[in-house]
Amino acid sequence: MRYLRPLSMEDAIGMITNSAGTVAVLAGGSDLLVRMKGGFVEPDLIVDIKAIEGLSEIRETAEGFSIGAAVPCAVLGEHAALRKAWPGVVEAANLIGSKQVQGRCTIAGNLCNASPAADSVPALVAAGAKALVAGPKGNRTVPVEAIPTGPGKTSLAKGEIVREILLEKRPPRAGDAYLRFIPRTEMDIAVVSAGVNLTLDAKGAVTSARVALGAVAPTVVLVEEAAGILVGSRLDDATLEKLAKACSDACRPIDDKRGTIAFRRKVAGVLARRAAAAAYARAGGK
Amino acid sequence: MTAGFDPRYVKRDFASIGTRPLRPDGIDKVTGRARYGADFNMAGQLVGRVLRSPHAHARIRSIDTSKAEQLAGVKAVITAADLPDLTDGDAAMYDILDNCMARGKALYDGHAVAAVAAVDARTAKQALKLIAVEYEILPHVTDVDEAMMASAPVINDGVFTDGVEPKPAKPSNVAKRSQFGHGDVDAGFGQAEVIVERSFRTEQTHQGYIEPHACVASVSADGMADLWVCTQGHFVYRQHCAQLLGLEASKLRVTSSEIGGGFGGKTHVWAEPVALALSRKAGRPVKLVMTRDEVFRASGPTSATSIDVRIGARRDGTITAAEATLRYSGGAYSGAWAELGAMTAFACYGLENVRTVGFDVLVNRPKCAAYRAPSAPMAAFAVESVVDELAGRIGMNAVDFRIRNAAREGTRSSYGPVYGPIGIGPTLEAVKMHPQMQAPLKKNQGRGMACGFWFNFGGQTCSDLNIGMDGSVSLAVGTVDVGGSRASLSLVAAEELGIDYSQVRAVVADTSSLGYNDMTDGSRGTFSSSMATISAARNAIRIMRERAAQMWDIPVDEVGWEMGHAVALGEKNGNLGRLSLKEIAAASGKTGGPIAGHSELVADGAGVSFATHICDVEVDPETGATRVLRYAVVQDAGKAVHPTYVEGQYQGGAAQGIGWALNEEYIYGRDGRLQNAGFLDYRIPVCSDLPMIDTQILEIPNPNHPYGVRGVGETSIVPPLAAIANAVSNAVGVRMTHIPMSPPRILAALEAERAG
Ligand SMILES: Cc1cc2nc3c(=O)[nH]c(=O)nc-3n(C[C@H](O)[C@H](O)[C@H](O)COP(=O)(O)OP(=O)(O)OC[C@H]3O[C@@H](n4cnc5c(N)ncnc54)[C@H](O)[C@@H]3O)c2cc1C
Repeated sequence: MRYLRPLSMEDAIGMITNSAGTVAVLAGGSDLLVRMKGGFVEPDLIVDIKAIEGLSEIRETAEGFSIGAAVPCAVLGEHAALRKAWPGVVEAANLIGSKQVQGRCTIAGNLCNASPAADSVPALVAAGAKALVAGPKGNRTVPVEAIPTGPGKTSLAKGEIVREILLEKRPPRAGDAYLRFIPRTEMDIAVVSAGVNLTLDAKGAVTSARVALGAVAPTVVLVEEAAGILVGSRLDDATLEKLAKACSDACRPIDDKRGTIAFRRKVAGVLARRAAAAAYARAGGK
Repeated sequence: MTAGFDPRYVKRDFASIGTRPLRPDGIDKVTGRARYGADFNMAGQLVGRVLRSPHAHARIRSIDTSKAEQLAGVKAVITAADLPDLTDGDAAMYDILDNCMARGKALYDGHAVAAVAAVDARTAKQALKLIAVEYEILPHVTDVDEAMMASAPVINDGVFTDGVEPKPAKPSNVAKRSQFGHGDVDAGFGQAEVIVERSFRTEQTHQGYIEPHACVASVSADGMADLWVCTQGHFVYRQHCAQLLGLEASKLRVTSSEIGGGFGGKTHVWAEPVALALSRKAGRPVKLVMTRDEVFRASGPTSATSIDVRIGARRDGTITAAEATLRYSGGAYSGAWAELGAMTAFACYGLENVRTVGFDVLVNRPKCAAYRAPSAPMAAFAVESVVDELAGRIGMNAVDFRIRNAAREGTRSSYGPVYGPIGIGPTLEAVKMHPQMQAPLKKNQGRGMACGFWFNFGGQTCSDLNIGMDGSVSLAVGTVDVGGSRASLSLVAAEELGIDYSQVRAVVADTSSLGYNDMTDGSRGTFSSSMATISAARNAIRIMRERAAQMWDIPVDEVGWEMGHAVALGEKNGNLGRLSLKEIAAASGKTGGPIAGHSELVADGAGVSFATHICDVEVDPETGATRVLRYAVVQDAGKAVHPTYVEGQYQGGAAQGIGWALNEEYIYGRDGRLQNAGFLDYRIPVCSDLPMIDTQILEIPNPNHPYGVRGVGETSIVPPLAAIANAVSNAVGVRMTHIPMSPPRILAALEAERAG
């Protein structure tokens, strides 16, 4: 097993494409190292991306925010402007593990690990986030939901590395929120989760909405129907009930050690309703 | 019993007992210097690793270790063939041997089938992959009720149910039937005006100690052996290992390390005989440390249960009859877990007519081990749930109903003995007055309470107390310090000698330095070792009085002992003054040599223990999530030697009970394999899951201990399952009968209720 720590993206990509064996990209390592310790993966080469120039920065641009792939989640929580613009994304990132884990883990790693229960991913999908991917053939930008293709599987080709996560600039009267269900209060894996992102008009009616559910299907479910229900409404009780039902119906969960199908269906609706109410309040709706 | 030692309680004023000094092992523990099981190392030490069955039940057709043996760096590979059966008809020891290394059949997912010792962990891991085991997969059963069915696969065809007449002709998974009680239960139910009957289930839990099993074993060519190990009882480990390996007990020295939790799970040998056998074969020391996955799959756990309870009462609140049938899984081996459940189930109450029947059942799961008041929490859950419901049906307050039926001094217990002075009534009275009972409850919140009992144990104990020439005192004890007992025993030595706590240092001595000691189990550590310490101190005082008599040149019966000093008694000695312990020690070289007190005794009369707990919860009716808002423990300690560590025991038991009640459970797949062998999906509570747990120590002296001490370690885990189930049931308006009350289970119960 070899460990390399390149200083540039070009070097990192080169190291991976030139390697014959199995390769793992290392960001915070909070998934990778656990899997290695458990004996589930034994990569021949580990490429640590934390020393790559620019990857540990959050940049505020005219278009919005660009979050480097090596930025630890704890740093997101300390970025006032980001927290103000995308509170739902930041709260999702700051639910991961514990203070210690957040000091290491990244949202890009959370995305590329492709766990159906990843916390930041439903929030990112609801936020309409994009991933800037660097690779042997140059850069490409894709919606984040295009990266995970199933549990533990991604659409990234050999040598491709997520360089940045991009979030748009916020219009006025916009808000997002993320909620997950865990049986404990922390240090746990989402049994069900929901991310909601809303924009309102001056009167408080929803003009655009995105609703994403986690841990209820092999990948995050973007519930278009739920968005349709919210748009035009002011989140009255009847709308919230319809939203909950649409979300429950959109689930394709499994029975496993963490929860039952019936539980996940029901709670997906409950969390979507609660997250929508929180996002609405953050957007200034009353 | 040491000659002349009187263990009876004598009322007195204490100087050291009841104070709260810092523990002597604290600094090393918080700075990382303390040495736990995996922290011992020897020159030339090898790494041991165990190969485990992936099948729940399988015949082992063959094991080919040749490829592993050829791998460079591998120094020994062992199978059951390297641990020949020396148990000589001792069935319990044979089970331990078989559990350490499968003999012919693998009986559960995780059962050890072979082990290697290699120069490093990588090589050892690689070697495991090179061992070829040919299995014939057999049908399995992991559920306690299914295992009792006639159609269930029989796990051990040598098991014919004990305790039934005539003995069955066919083998089954029911190892034992046991029965307790008295009176005429049928007649009692005939007098009842209200009867409540319900069935309950609890899932299997693990003790969840943070430190995995770890040891270093070294067997020399001349047959001398050493074992450094994390254990609750190094003398018992020595005995078991010596017997299983054919060593002479005195040639095997066992040293106990600091212990990162045991809760009963470190009272049984698992890895240690394997490490010794590897060392013997390799001719080098071997360190064997279990992974967390192995700890879950192959050590611990407690029983899963299925329990039916029926209780009848008159409208005036008197229970007229009570009965319970209790089925406990014991893993793939015979146990007496249901028997303990059947003994403890109704122990809190004074009942005229009571009957309990226990069934100990084999399943394809790891061999059960003791877990803090083993078997009592599940029985209490079932009984206290029905007691609560019955009180409600009669229209009586749950506390008053219990007070009315509580056992008291002179009550014949449901398991046989007649009680001496006991604390169940006082804990109930204290709970009635507890401020938590008045705290207002909001929507979706509920309050529950429950009682619990544990026997407590005394047992064989041996201590040495040595007076140094500078007057400081070293105390060597043979009970492993699991919960702060070195601090408590130092307080006891200080109290008895009349010196300051800071002058005493207590250590846990190895098996070659002291006589035999039973394990730290049965809440006996402080109870029994404090008795031995008092006895040893009194013996040392006798010698110091003799030395003082010599120094003063007066008869010894004219010398007394007061507050750390020899005092000359009587008018004629009035001018002699006092001699301090320090002065006597300084002169000891000239008055007869070193001064020490020894004690060997069987600590009888441990004194049963009772507790009552109160729990307030809030349940989210849309997700089934439960949050514990407030929790209070009221328990009788007899006398709290070091109140902080008594409170710690109360809080720890409650914390473990909260985890057990709400989330912890072994989850098996249809394939009989454990699906959650790790702390990610086996959910013990984290700090933020728990409220500050309030404690109240009652002191009803145990007549059989000089200071009135009772054991306090275990009872605190008995009431929580029931207290929390009662609280949740009150919060949601549906009786919860399946533990853990995980969110999916609570939500399913609520949805079923809403659907009608
Ligand atoms: C104690 C603990 C608690 C946890 N709790 C949670 C939780 O509550 N919620 C949750 O969602 N997760 C949790 N996790 C999992 C983990 O912390 C998160 O998924 C985290 O976001 C992963 O980020 P990382 O930077 O550490 O990823 P790494 O472990 O470095 O990488 C994860 C995977 O993604 C790949 N990868 C990483 N970065 C890139 C990149 N830029 N381009 C391409 N591939 C990449 C790696 O090769 C690897 O396969 C927990 C983990 C631990 C150890």
